[in-house]
Amino acid sequence: MPTIEKESLIGKRVPKMDAPEKAAGRTRYVHDMNLPGQLIGKILRTDRIHAKILSMDTSAAEALPGVKAVITAKDMPAKMLGLNNDNPPLKGDKVRAERDEIAAVAAITEEIALEALKLIKVEYEDLPTLFDPRESEKEGAPHIQESKDSNVCMEFEYEHGDAAKAETEADFVIEDTFKLHYVTHACMGVSGVIADFDNITGNLTLHSNTQVPFLHKREFSEVLEMDPSRIRIIQPPIGGGFGSKLDIYPFEPIAVILAKKSRCPVKIVFTREEEFMASPTRQPAYINLRSGVKKDGTITSRVFDSLLDNGAYTSWGATIPFVMMQTASSFYRVTDCQYATKAVYTNNPTAGSFRGYGNLQATFAIEQHMDKMAEAVGMDPLEFRLKNAQEAGEVTGQGMHFKTCGFKECLSTAGEKSDFSRKFAENNANRGNGNPVKKGIGMASMLHVGGGAKIYPSDGCGTILKMDDFGHVTILTGASEIGQGSETVLSQLVCEELGVPLSAVTVVNNDTDITPWDVGVHASRTTFIGGNAAIGAAKLAKAKVLESASQVSNIPADQLDMRGGCIVRADDGEVIMQLGKLLRGMHFKDKAELVTTSFYYEPPSVHQDKGFKGDVSAAYAWATHVVEVEVDTETGIVTLDKVTAAHDVGRVLNEMSLEGQIEGGIIMGQGYALTEDLLVKEGRVITPNFRDYKMVTAPEIPEIDLSFIETQDGEGPQGAKGVGEAPSICMAAAVGNAIYNATGVRIYEAPYTPEKVYRALKGAVEAPSMAAE
Amino acid sequence: MSANKKMLTREINFTLNGSPVQVSVPVAENALIMLREELNLTGTKYGCGEGECGACSILMDGESVNACLMFAVDCDGREIVTVEGLAQDEVNDQLRDAFVEKGAVQCGFCSPGMMIAAKALLDKKPNANRDEIKRGLEGNICRCTGYVKIIDAVAAVSGTNQ
Repeated sequence: MPTIEKESLIGKRVPKMDAPEKAAGRTRYVHDMNLPGQLIGKILRTDRIHAKILSMDTSAAEALPGVKAVITAKDMPAKMLGLNNDNPPLKGDKVRAERDEIAAVAAITEEIALEALKLIKVEYEDLPTLFDPRESEKEGAPHIQESKDSNVCMEFEYEHGDAAKAETEADFVIEDTFKLHYVTHACMGVSGVIADFDNITGNLTLHSNTQVPFLHKREFSEVLEMDPSRIRIIQPPIGGGFGSKLDIYPFEPIAVILAKKSRCPVKIVFTREEEFMASPTRQPAYINLRSGVKKDGTITSRVFDSLLDNGAYTSWGATIPFVMMQTASSFYRVTDCQYATKAVYTNNPTAGSFRGYGNLQATFAIEQHMDKMAEAVGMDPLEFRLKNAQEAGEVTGQGMHFKTCGFKECLSTAGEKSDFSRKFAENNANRGNGNPVKKGIGMASMLHVGGGAKIYPSDGCGTILKMDDFGHVTILTGASEIGQGSETVLSQLVCEELGVPLSAVTVVNNDTDITPWDVGVHASRTTFIGGNAAIGAAKLAKAKVLESASQVSNIPADQLDMRGGCIVRADDGEVIMQLGKLLRGMHFKDKAELVTTSFYYEPPSVHQDKGFKGDVSAAYAWATHVVEVEVDTETGIVTLDKVTAAHDVGRVLNEMSLEGQIEGGIIMGQGYALTEDLLVKEGRVITPNFRDYKMVTAPEIPEIDLSFIETQDGEGPQGAKGVGEAPSICMAAAVGNAIYNATGVRIYEAPYTPEKVYRALKGAVEAPSMAAE
Repeated sequence: MSANKKMLTREINFTLNGSPVQVSVPVAENALIMLREELNLTGTKYGCGEGECGACSILMDGESVNACLMFAVDCDGREIVTVEGLAQDEVNDQLRDAFVEKGAVQCGFCSPGMMIAAKALLDKKPNANRDEIKRGLEGNICRCTGYVKIIDAVAAVSGTNQ
C-alpha cells in the first residue's frame, strides 16, 4: 500500500487564496456591484462649521424629475450614532463640523442626485467655533454638544503605585510634551454601501464594507428602529480597512432610509474628496510625559497626561486610551505610574479607530522620551531599553500577564542586525563634521495586544465546518477578510488538522445570515481568535471522521491520521482509504453529521476591573524597529534608508503574508512619520486629495530587514500571536530618534516634513505645550 | 448642465481588449466611467478621479494611462487594454501568477492598476531592475503591502534581483 508522509502548511509561504481573481480584476467590490432598479444616493453636507440650522427647503429638489427620495433629519429615527450617542445621521438642529450631513437624495442618476442637492436651500445662524482642543477643555468654552455638561467627551484615569513618591527617589526627572497630527486611512477603495430594503417583507440587506458585521447588525437595528433579525449584512470584498470600518457612519443609515422611502435599492459611494473629508482620522494628540530614572538606568516613575482632539462626534475610536494606558503602564517595568487622557469635542474632523489604536501616539512620545532618559543617564538607548524591558512571566502593575514575551530578543536582534550601538556612537561623533547630509540611526519598540482585546462584553468568534462527499471542506467563520489574508491562514490551520490540501478548502466569511457570530476584525485578533475557533471545529470533525474510519477499518481511532486527503495509519502513513470514499459511506448514519461547530473565547471570565486593572488580551505582541535615515540639513529632507525590524509573532503561520503585513505596516508608519499630514484649517480639511496628502510611493520605500521571534504562545493557534497593527506603531518614534542622532535636534511634533525639519534645525519650531496660549 | 437636458453624445470606435467596439458616449464623460458603467468592465477601479493613485490604469496603444483623466471620446481609434484584457491573453499569466506567488495582493483594490503598470513597464523593459520597477510603479498607490511584494512580483518576471 502507498504511504503518505505528514505535510504541514504551517510557516510556509502560502499564496493568498483570493489573489488570482483580484490580480485578474474579477473581484467585485461594493463599488462594482449594481442591483436591479438601484438608485444613486448623494449626501448634502453643510457649508458651515458650527451653526444653527434655521430652515431647510427641499421642495425644488423633490420636484426635480428623476429624484425618487429626499430626506432630512425629520425622516430619520431619533436614535443617534456613536459611542456617546451624539451623532445624528442627518443633522436637523445644528451642524458642528465640515462633514456634517444635513440632507440626502436618491435619484435615477448621479447627475440628477447632484443637481438636486444644489436645489436644497438652508438658512443658518453661525455659532462660535473651537478648533484647539486645549481651548475646548477650558471653563466657559462654548459647548459643541449642547446636551453634554462640558466639551470633555471621554476621560480615563489610572494609576498603580505612587508616582509622586517614586519620583523623589529618581536621580533625574525628564519631562517632555509631544504633539501628533491628523492622518487618515486613505483606503484605496472609498467608502460605500448598497441598501436593499424590501418593503413587502420588511427585510433589509446591506452590502457593506464593515469590519464588524455582527455588532453593526445590532447597532443598525437600534438606529433604524428595526427588528435585528430582519437585517442581513453581506460584505463584498473590502478595499482596505485599517480600522476605518469599525463604526457605523451616517452615510449607512442614510442609504437605508433613502431605500425605504424610495422603495428601491440605494447605492452610496464616496468621492475621494469626500473620503478625505468625511471618513475618520487618527486622533491628534498632545502628550505630556514625566519620568524619573536612577543613575543606574532604572525607571522609577512615569506620569502620562494626554489630550485628544475628538472632533464633534464620538466614535469607538474614543476608547484608544485603553491601549495608550497599557503602553504607559506596562511596556517597560514601571513600578509607579499615573495616567490620564481626556478627549474633547472640537469643530474639527471626527477621529475614529485606526490601525494601532492610540499606540502610535503613545509610542511616539514614550520611545523618544526613553532616548532622552538614556542620554540623561549616559546609557546607549539599546542598553537602557534592555535594562527596563519586560520579560516572560511578569505581571505588570496594571495586571497584564506576559505569558510569553520576546521583547528582549526583539531588542537584541534588531540592535545586532543593524549594528545599532556602533552606528549610534559614530553618528553622534560625526554631527559636527562639515557634511550637510547627516546620517542617523534610531530605535523604537512597541507592546500591543496579540491575543484579542476585551473591550466588548465578548471577544469571541464562532466557526462552522462542513465536509462534503469528496473530502472538500467549507469553513464558515464569523471572522471578516479585509485583505489581511485571514481566509488563507484559517484554511492553513484547518488543513493542518484535517490533512487536506488547501485546494480542498472554501471559506465563507461574509454573510450574517450564514456565518456564526464574531466581534469583528480589529485589535489584531482574527488569526488568534478566529484561528483558534477554526482549529476547534476541525478537531471535532477529525474525531468524527477517525471514529468512523476506525469502525470501517477495525483500527483504533487513535492509531489513525488524516493526510493528503486520505485516512492513514498514524505511525507509518500507510493509506487505509480515501477520505471522500469514507465520507460518502457515512451518509445518514448515526452520529455521522459532517457539520461541526465551535467557538473560541479565552478566557471569558477575565476583564479589567473598574480601575482598569487586569488582562485585556490572551497574549501580547512585541517589536523593535531600528531605522536609518539621512537628514539633509540644507533642505530638511529626511530619507529613510533602512528599517531593521524584529517582531515577536508567537509563531510564523504564513511567512509570506506575515511579511506582507509587517512591510505594509512599516510603510504606513513611514507615512505617519514623514509624509502624511491631513491639514485642517479652521475645521476644513485643506488636503483632501492624494496630491496634497502625500502617501509613500514605491521609489521611496526603505530597504527592510525582518526577523521573526517565535515565542510559541501557549494559547495561540499553533503558537501564533496577532500582528496586524504592530508594524505601524513604532516607526514615527524611531524616525524621531534617528533625526536626533543625526542632528542633535529633538523635534517633538510629527510628521517630519522637510519644512518642519528645516525650521527645527534653525531653531524656529517651538516645543508643543499642553496649555493653550 | 441641467439634468433634464439631453447630454451631447458622440459615437466612437476603438479596439477594446482585442475586439472592435462601437459606443455612443457623452462628450464630457471620462474613459473610466465608460469602461465601468457603459461597458461593465469593473476591473478598472476608481481610486481618486484625479490621476493621482493609478487604480484606473489602462493601456492605450501600449502606454499605461489613467482612465479617469481621459475623455471617453479620446479612445476613438485607439487600442485599449484593461486588466480584463490582460487576463484573456495567456502571455500575461506569468505576471499574474507572480503577483499571486510573491504575495503582491492584499485587499486587491490597487492590483488591477499595478498589473497594468507592470505590464507597460515590462513591455518596454523586459529586464527592468528593481529601481526601474519602482519608478515604473510610482504612479500607483498601494495602502496595504508597502510595495515590497509587488516589486518582488515584477522582478520575478523581469528576472532581476537588483
